[in-house]
Order: sequence, then structure tokens, then C-alpha cells
Amino acid sequence: MYRIASKKNLNPTVTQMEIEAPLVANKALPGQFIILRVDEAGERIPLTVAGTDKDRGTVKIIFQIVGATTELLNHKNEGEFIQDFVGPLGVPTHTEGIGKVCIVGGGVGCAIAMPVAQAFHAQGAEVTSIIGFRSKDLLILEDEFRACSDRLIVMTDDGSYARHGNVTVPLKEMLEAGETFDMIITIGPLIMMKFVTLTAKPFGVPVTVSMNPIMIDGTGMCGGCRLTLVQDGKRVTKFACVDGPDFNGYEVDFDEAMSRGRMYFDFERRAHDAACNLLKGTNA
Amino acid sequence: MALNPKKHEMPTQAPEVRAHNFSEVALGYPVEIALEEAKRCLNCKNRPCVAGCPVNVNIPDFIMKIREGDFEGAYQIINETSSLPAVCGRVCPQETQCESKCTMGIKMEPVGIGRLERFVADWHNANVTEKAVAPAPNGHRVAIVGSGPSGLTCAGDLAKKGYKVSVFEALHTAGGVLVYGIPEFRLPKSIVAKEVETLKDLGVDVQTNVVIGKTLTIDELFEMGYEAVFIGSGAGLPNFMNIPGESLKGVYSANEFLTRSNLMKAYLDSPVTPIQKGGKVAVVGGGNVAMDAARTALRLGAEHVYIVYRRSMDELPARREEVEHAMEEGIDFRLLNNPVEILGYNNPENPRDPKNGFVTGMRCIKMELGEPDAKGRRRPVPIPGSEFTLDVDTVIMAIGTSPNPLIKNTTAGLEVNSHGGIIVSEEGLTSRENVWAGGDAVTGAATVISAMGAGKIAAKAIDEALSAK
Repeated sequence: MYRIASKKNLNPTVTQMEIEAPLVANKALPGQFIILRVDEAGERIPLTVAGTDKDRGTVKIIFQIVGATTELLNHKNEGEFIQDFVGPLGVPTHTEGIGKVCIVGGGVGCAIAMPVAQAFHAQGAEVTSIIGFRSKDLLILEDEFRACSDRLIVMTDDGSYARHGNVTVPLKEMLEAGETFDMIITIGPLIMMKFVTLTAKPFGVPVTVSMNPIMIDGTGMCGGCRLTLVQDGKRVTKFACVDGPDFNGYEVDFDEAMSRGRMYFDFERRAHDAACNLLKGTNA
Repeated sequence: MALNPKKHEMPTQAPEVRAHNFSEVALGYPVEIALEEAKRCLNCKNRPCVAGCPVNVNIPDFIMKIREGDFEGAYQIINETSSLPAVCGRVCPQETQCESKCTMGIKMEPVGIGRLERFVADWHNANVTEKAVAPAPNGHRVAIVGSGPSGLTCAGDLAKKGYKVSVFEALHTAGGVLVYGIPEFRLPKSIVAKEVETLKDLGVDVQTNVVIGKTLTIDELFEMGYEAVFIGSGAGLPNFMNIPGESLKGVYSANEFLTRSNLMKAYLDSPVTPIQKGGKVAVVGGGNVAMDAARTALRLGAEHVYIVYRRSMDELPARREEVEHAMEEGIDFRLLNNPVEILGYNNPENPRDPKNGFVTGMRCIKMELGEPDAKGRRRPVPIPGSEFTLDVDTVIMAIGTSPNPLIKNTTAGLEVNSHGGIIVSEEGLTSRENVWAGGDAVTGAATVISAMGAGKIAAKAIDEALSAK
């Protein structure tokens, strides 16, 4: 069992927790993920590590309440326990030799992008961060990004805060104005990462994307997290859990990944509704 | 009195009943039949069956105990050499091991050794509540990577000798392939849990949620004070055919399909684990895993399940008993067929059609057997122009696995072969000092009992190395 050391709501649908897991805290690096189960009958869900505190032996996770499991997790309070917590899994984000980087985060993906931005900042790289949200209510981690970025651009889709528009708009402006980066790292919804990649393509800037497919074991056993890369015209199967989660954006078949991500859409919606009803019942 | 020329049949659930439930197919010998079957053992002098067993169970001795009616005595004899009797009695391919060597088998059917082993183990589990007792510690510590059959066997053998053993398991439940891979109807999960409990009673410490190669490395295990490490991390990443359509929704690896059903409890209708149920299912492959996947799909409610295998019945690698059970249950064997493409739904009018991207069929080509290959198996050759479409909505690929790279990548000096399998000596020693390995991580996908045999050999070698210190 793993104790919830702290809990904080970042916005109405996004929660941050620190979980006591000293072995994981000791090893986890930006870009890696963990898998947890809330209770004995729970599903395994992957969540990217949003930070660690080695002294306290805690791992920070930030999650959006989108399904049955995240609903149950959000129902747990500080001091309570979750059943399983395993990691760190996946390959850490490659930061070596990169002096100038643009981090593009979308929605809860910003939680994953933040430790990556911090790692670049700590190694002395010049960090430009573009973070986008649907609206002001959903904004998270603005101060944290400001602290580790040489330049921060905040976008909202509906214009309710900061600049109006999506994250590709300022990225395109910068690239068109002749700005260069050693690497663009984008983390967020698949559709956003696809368009960030397309925006960067004419300018030849390398793009790294962080994939978050459906996964079960997360250690290279089940193959559920497979995705297709197109390398030299050939389609190659890779596994996000052991080969990723970071991949070269120009190689990823995003459309296929989006389709696979919707495999259990109906089931998940029903499970979420059932979990909500159950939790309502226990609260009554 | 004339001996019965045939093994006594084990009662099974009727095929039409069991095809719709996950309860065990074979029900085990009742006492009377076990006593009768035990009489068939000649207790011959040269005991060829013992040599045919990868863990050298003293087979005639335990059968003699059954004859005497001393079932617990029989259990204790098996327990001397096997850490998992109730598991072996169910999933070992006895017909190619102990039973294939049985003297009775020269003229008649061999003794039903596996069935008797299962009887003894089940009798013990049902009737003996006394717990195993941990022996006095010998002061040595050993780490085991993976809690599948090789790891549990190695752990059990060492614990019985007084070693302080820790088993590190990546998943949330101990048992490895015995819990995520082999379905309930062939090996009830409660039996695996019971075997693991017995090991804990012997003092084995089982730590779940630790991925060696990630959470901790092999080198760190030595820093923590373990004097020897056994790697039994299992097979690894599933293989795919690299044909078009394998990323469509409804295409699973057998590992994923079975893990969703077994470990994640879709077979119990878990409200949190989705799995595609019903419809028409094609399982590609001919091994035990393919049989497990096909029969699981049937029990989850499939209307029709095909096994698609590119060779013929003679080459089918699954156990005969599993193939027979599958056929009785109505699994449709399409032999000498090979998939060439998986077809998916695509509505050009509406890119948001929720059916888009789901499997609608599988193109196959008919095969014939050509010249024998290097291993002597006749090579399947496609018959030009014989393509046809199988109408299915789920495809399960059960065509083997490739070794997991996590440990190799984080353990300097650990040598692997061209397939990625860890290279070991006859005693299971790797290229790293004090690191042993066995099971699928060494051999690639094989059987539970061969993994147990490897765990046993390594345990003996570890004991010799550490007790010499």
C-alpha cells in the first residue's frame, strides 16, 4: 500500500498528489511514468511523473478526472492509501546536448511538460514554454512554468485568459520570425502534438512527442501500447512502455494512435458514469 | 488380476457446459479412481519416468504411497523436489515427459502420472491445514527476479535450505504467467495463490510492484546485500506478423487478451477492464497460448472462434489434450492457412463514424507443406491465388514473444544471444558473477515445467556456490 502524502486540487478537474514510494522517487527522471491501481479490484493506469522529492520519498502525480479510475483516485484523501504504485517506467526524456528548447504543453499534459522544462532549465538551457488550456478555469502550473522558463506564453482556446488561440499560433510566429530551437518537445492531446509537429515541419526543427496510449503492464509484456513509426518509408511497430514514451514526432502515425485510443470509448464512459453514481451513493 | 490397459479417464465438465464458464475443465480423480490408477504403476526398477521429469519427482515412490492410502505421505515425496505440485499436475505436458518414458507405456497406455500428482496436491490442499515451517536461517540472502514458475521454484528450493529469499515481481500479483497467462479453466488462480502462500510460510519475502531494471537494478540488489541473483523475468514483448492492419481496433496480442481476462479479471466481468467480447474471433498460432486465447474468447461469449495456423495438425505445437479440449468445445481449426492482411471498417463519408478502424475481417492464404526446414519440420508454402476472407471482428496474435530488454539494458556484462535470450551455462550461471537465470528469459517461450526445471538447477548451483563461501 502506498500513502497519499499530500493532495491539492489544481483546478476543478485536475488534482495533484504526492505518493510515498521511496524506491520510485529515488529513480524517476523527467519523461518517465508510473502505473497505479487505486484498490484491489482496480484497473492499472499509467500516469507520468510530475516531480519527485527524494528526501521525503514521494512522487508527484497530476491527473485529470476523466474516467472511473481517476474519479476513484480523486476521491481518496491525504493520509489514505492506494493499492499499487510501480515505476519508474519508460525511457527518460533525452536532454543532453540541447541548449535551446521549446516546450509546448496542452491541458493536463502541462503537468508532464513541467518537470521536463525544469530539467532543461537546471542544465542551463534556454527554455521557451508555450502552455495552452481550453479556458481560464482549466489553467494549471503557470507560476511553476514561469519559474523555469526564459520566456512563457500562455494560450487559451476561448480567450478567457492571456492570449486567445491554440499553441501552434505563437510557435508558428516564432519559427516564421527566424527563431530556431535545438528541439521542440510537445506533450498534450494527440491532436495537438500532431499539429505542433506539422507546424514545425517546414522549418526542420526536431520534434519530440510524449505518447500516452492504452497500457496494461507497462513493462513490455502485453503489447497493448504499440504504435506505428514510419522510418525510411517503412512502418515499424514500437511499444510506448519500453521504447518510449518519447518518440520522434515526424515518425509517429498520429491518426492510427488517435483511433486506437478510442478503442474502449463506450466502455470507459459507462464505467465513469457507474463510478460517479457509486461515489455519489457513498457520499449521501 | 489383469491391469487396465488404459489410464483412467479424469472426469471433465461436458464441453457444451464448460464452453460457457470459466470453471476448471478437468475435475480431478476421485479417491477410488486414484487408488485404481495407482495400481497400474509397475514400480519398475529403472524408474525411467523420474529421468523424464525436469524436476525429477520420485514418481514411483509417491504412487506407492497413494496405493497405501497415505496421500499426505505422497504429497511430501513430491514436495521434496517440486515446489508447485498442484500447478504441475495441471499444466505439465506429462505425455512428452514422465509418461512418455513409462514402462507401462511400451505395451499399453502409460500410468496417468500427471493426474495422480494433481490428485495428491489437491488432496493436500483440501485436507491439510498445517502450515509449512521455515527452516533455521543459514545467513545467506538471495534475490529472485520474477515470480513465475522458474522464480517460485528457485525461491522454494532455496528457502527450504534456510536461505533468506526475496522475490521481486513487476506486476501487482505474484505468479507471473501462471496468473496473467494461463486461464482459470486450466489453472485456478486460487491454486497459484495457495502455492505462493506456502512459499511465504517457508519464509520467502514476495515484493510486488518492483521492476528489476527500472525500480532497482541487478547491481543495486548486490549493494543491498543479496549474495546471488536469479533472473526469471519471463518471455517479453509479443511478436506480431508485420502484415497490414495489425493496429486496427480489435487486434490483440495473446498476452494482452489473456492479461485483460486473467490478471485484470475481465473473465469475472470486472467493471473496470474492457475487452472485446462476442462476435467472431480468429486466433493466429498453434501453441498452448493460442489454445488458451481461443478458449477464453469462447467463454467470454464469442459466437465463433477460429484457430488459424499455417502448418498442419501434425506440426501443431500445443499439447494434444488442449487441442482435443478445444475441438470438443467447438473451436474451428483452420489449418494450413496464413493471414496476409487484417481488414478494417472505414466510412469515407464520415471520418467520425465510431465503427471506423475496427476489424471487419482477415485475409488469409492457403498453404501447403513443402520441403523440411533445418529442424526437420516441413515448411509451409503459400498456394498462389488461394486468398480468401475470414469474417471476424477480433484477431488475437499468438505467435510467440521476444525477450524483454529491461534487464539486459541495465546490467553491464550480462551477455545475451542473437534472439535476446540470456546466455547461461548448464547450471544456469550467466556471464555475470553470482547471477543465474532460467525460464523463458533464457530459452524464449517454453513450458512451465521447463522453467521450473531451470529454477531448480539454478537453486542447486546457487546453494553450492554460497555454501562454499
